[in-house]
Amino acid sequence: MNELLAQWTYFGMVLGLGCYFFALWLQKKCKLPVLNPLLISTVIIILFLWIFHVDYETFDQGAKYITYFLTPATVCLAVPLYRQFQVLRKNMPAILAGVLAGCLAHGLVIGGMAALCNMEPVLMVSLLPKSITTAIALGACEELGGITGITIVGTLVAGLMGAILGPALLKWFRIKEPVAQGLCIGTASHAIGTSKMVEAGEVQGAMSSLAIVVCGLMTVVLAPFFASIFG
Amino acid sequence: MKYVKQFMIIMGVCFLGELLYSLLPFPVPASIYGLLLLFLLLMTGLLKLEQIEETAEFFLAVMPLLFLSPSVSLITVMDKVKGAFLPIVGTIVLSTIVTTGVTGIVTQAVMKIFAKRKKSYDKGGMSQ
Repeated sequence: MNELLAQWTYFGMVLGLGCYFFALWLQKKCKLPVLNPLLISTVIIILFLWIFHVDYETFDQGAKYITYFLTPATVCLAVPLYRQFQVLRKNMPAILAGVLAGCLAHGLVIGGMAALCNMEPVLMVSLLPKSITTAIALGACEELGGITGITIVGTLVAGLMGAILGPALLKWFRIKEPVAQGLCIGTASHAIGTSKMVEAGEVQGAMSSLAIVVCGLMTVVLAPFFASIFG
Repeated sequence: MKYVKQFMIIMGVCFLGELLYSLLPFPVPASIYGLLLLFLLLMTGLLKLEQIEETAEFFLAVMPLLFLSPSVSLITVMDKVKGAFLPIVGTIVLSTIVTTGVTGIVTQAVMKIFAKRKKSYDKGGMSQ
């Protein structure tokens, strides 16, 4: 099966687009937060590759051309940042203090847990960028010498937790201020959590996408320090 | 014509980001240099939002799809995760909860401090 599929460049592309489209349709039909399109399509493709003994490389041969556009998409995050600059400037001290505190807490928990569980340093550095949007996290992981697959697992779970459990966490921590609500979900759960905040309200959505960028930049700067302290 | 121009500008910024990445010694991914560069271009008015808007909206709308192949690459690291499955998942879950709580609580507290300060400042101004 693998040899047969390996000769077609468009196989991976079509499988990827098809599964993602199906997952989008499924979410629209069922409206359950657990049915995140990225999660569902990933699970379907992994099952397909596993059942038919197809190598990941065979799939990626076509799908890598989708991944190619991650860099321009990340660059375009400058657009919401530019649009929300007024909100950012008005609440600058609170935003910077909150995101900085979140990034530091994130690094400390990961380092602490790694020390507690005797985790291999390579696993620890792979988890350090996991709270930030995947495009930035992958770059940061490569810079730190981590395993990109582990970083992906981390960002996926962190993002889905924000989208599914986010509202419950906000209630639990008594976070009522819309600016703070958006900011903390964006800081911990990046773009996937932000999609939930966009539904919650305009301020929440705006602050959550802002947090993706601010937290992304802070983590890129802070992660090497945490890596050298705990590694 | 319009879309070709928008596409060209965005890809041009990506290339400049790569250029900066190879020139500068910092551990910052090329995409982040590009993001900052595009933000600066917009803030300084050298680039108008209309000059990239539709194409930028397209990229932002399809963003989750672009993560599909990296997510599927999970299949290649299954063996590495297997041995440390519980610590890895535990670390991910705990750190996500703590980060959400700390960020939200600190942001709310600092906003309250600034609101109070502003209030007392306004009061002081009134009495004079």
